[in-house]
Amino acid sequence: MRNVVSRLASSIILFWIVLTITFLLVRAAPGDPTTLLVPPGATADDQARLRTELGLDAPLVIQYARWAGRLFKGDLGESFVRRAPVRVVLSEAIPVSLGLGALSLALTFVLGIAIGMYQAARQGTLSDRALTIATTTVYAAPSFWLALALIATFTYGAARWGFPAPLRLPAFGMRDPASDAAGLAALGDLARHAVLPVLTLSAIGAAGIARYARTITADLIAQDFVRAARAKGVPRARVYARHVLANAWPPLVVLLALAIPGLLAGSVFVEGVFAWPGMGRVTLAAVAARDYPVILGATAVYAAAVILANLAADLALPLLDPRRRSDGST
Amino acid sequence: MKRDVAIPLLILAVLAVGAITVPVLSADDPRTMGDAVTQRFLPPFVTDARGDFHLLGTDRFGRDIFARTMLAARISLVIGILGSLLAGGVGIAIGAFSAWRGGIVDRVLMGAADALLAIPRLILLLVCAALWRPGTLTVVAVLVATGWMAVARLVRAEVLGVRARPFVEGASALGARPSRILWRHVLPNALGSAIVAITLGVGGAILLESGLSFLGLGVQPPQPSWGNMIADGRDAIVIAPWVALAPGLALVVTVVAATFLGDALRDRLAGESSATLRDRA
Repeated sequence: MRNVVSRLASSIILFWIVLTITFLLVRAAPGDPTTLLVPPGATADDQARLRTELGLDAPLVIQYARWAGRLFKGDLGESFVRRAPVRVVLSEAIPVSLGLGALSLALTFVLGIAIGMYQAARQGTLSDRALTIATTTVYAAPSFWLALALIATFTYGAARWGFPAPLRLPAFGMRDPASDAAGLAALGDLARHAVLPVLTLSAIGAAGIARYARTITADLIAQDFVRAARAKGVPRARVYARHVLANAWPPLVVLLALAIPGLLAGSVFVEGVFAWPGMGRVTLAAVAARDYPVILGATAVYAAAVILANLAADLALPLLDPRRRSDGST
Repeated sequence: MKRDVAIPLLILAVLAVGAITVPVLSADDPRTMGDAVTQRFLPPFVTDARGDFHLLGTDRFGRDIFARTMLAARISLVIGILGSLLAGGVGIAIGAFSAWRGGIVDRVLMGAADALLAIPRLILLLVCAALWRPGTLTVVAVLVATGWMAVARLVRAEVLGVRARPFVEGASALGARPSRILWRHVLPNALGSAIVAITLGVGGAILLESGLSFLGLGVQPPQPSWGNMIADGRDAIVIAPWVALAPGLALVVTVVAATFLGDALRDRLAGESSATLRDRA
């Protein structure tokens, strides 16, 4: 229990440091957001007034204190561009990214572990080597390029090679702007639009996880307890399901936590290319417009996701692996 | 040299030679506009009206994509290698210093590293690159600023491990100065995993550079880079997909070669696997 409290405390401190670093980074950059905000033809006076209004004329220390004070009360401030609370801007975008991310993460994990275990079971064979090259290649592909390749396949390719109607997947947006479907039909439409973005994110994720799952499983297979189980006649499938997988869980859960930042970063591009109105698009727009409060808010969300994932992995490890419980030796 | 090292090295060497020679030998300057009317969007493997062969087709301005891809390879390779090397150098220095001094210095430096690691690297890159003036130097600078942490952690752990070994104690007993012990005895033994991380980091740096350039925050046209070429072809993806896909293929081949090279080095230099999931674009 004490362990949990101290982990939690250090996570909160880490979160605060991250936000402070971002604040300083954003403010240390040259340039003035009001240049982009004032209407064309505005005078220097107008711009100065706007700066005062947004609180940008105060000394940096005061601005930091104000911002930190508001943050402490859970107030992320107001978007310079939309003049709406950052909380509102983000809460519109988070569900989109969360849905996309959760679906992709689940698929990433199932696919990645299956491929990795299959490879480890057939080490050194042609299929193992082919899969290693395939996963390395997919993992080396930038997400935006993979997304464009899928779009090309389902637009240019679909026309050229004559795909049947059910395979003509929509390449842009979250829903068909022309349809006014509701209920189940709308859900089906959303699902069809989600196929390509989810495929992009989970292909890259699964390729990364598979490389590690292969190493982890290969190490386990070489151990004596696996050989013993095989020797006493336990069927191969049962050895994998009971003996290997049970021991592979803890490192794989850590991998899951480590995969989350990559997934978040990937979703920035994937949302951009497929035109999904999620966190990635909000971040890109805020960075382009120097919308400081939104940049800080978005970074806070990303950092919180990463820190929480690491914390969850740390806390889940003793539950999955009895050897790591603190009442044991270490 | 074993096959697992030789093949990736050969691929990278061929690419480097192509990057140096192809833009020089190509019929037209790959930077300037070609004949946009008759030559635009020619598909791959086509010979145009003038009798020039286009291996990877042409873009909207009738420029040869193969020549442009090779021209872009120059900047992408240089940024990838330089970004990873410099980040690794900074990481080695900070990691070694941190482990050697210990105490408050160690805690502050590693705290900063952890904090920076908690922000997805791409977000950090975006914030830095977008707020400063976009360009090649900015890309290298932010790659270094956001890339030293993993190597620093690795080297710190290795230095702490090596420092406890008997030969360090022996050197100390013989009266060697601490700086000499660190430089001659500890660092050489702690560098293996850093070299692996730097090699693997080249692919990551190339990916991140392409991501920034894709968003218009990295290498600026008319200088082509793989990322801004892919961005260039994005609008034409439905009618001429090769414009965006060809430079990406070159990128994928490069990153795969760098990854296999890193894996092969790891099998030799670093005893246990010390990899972390790479940041990606």
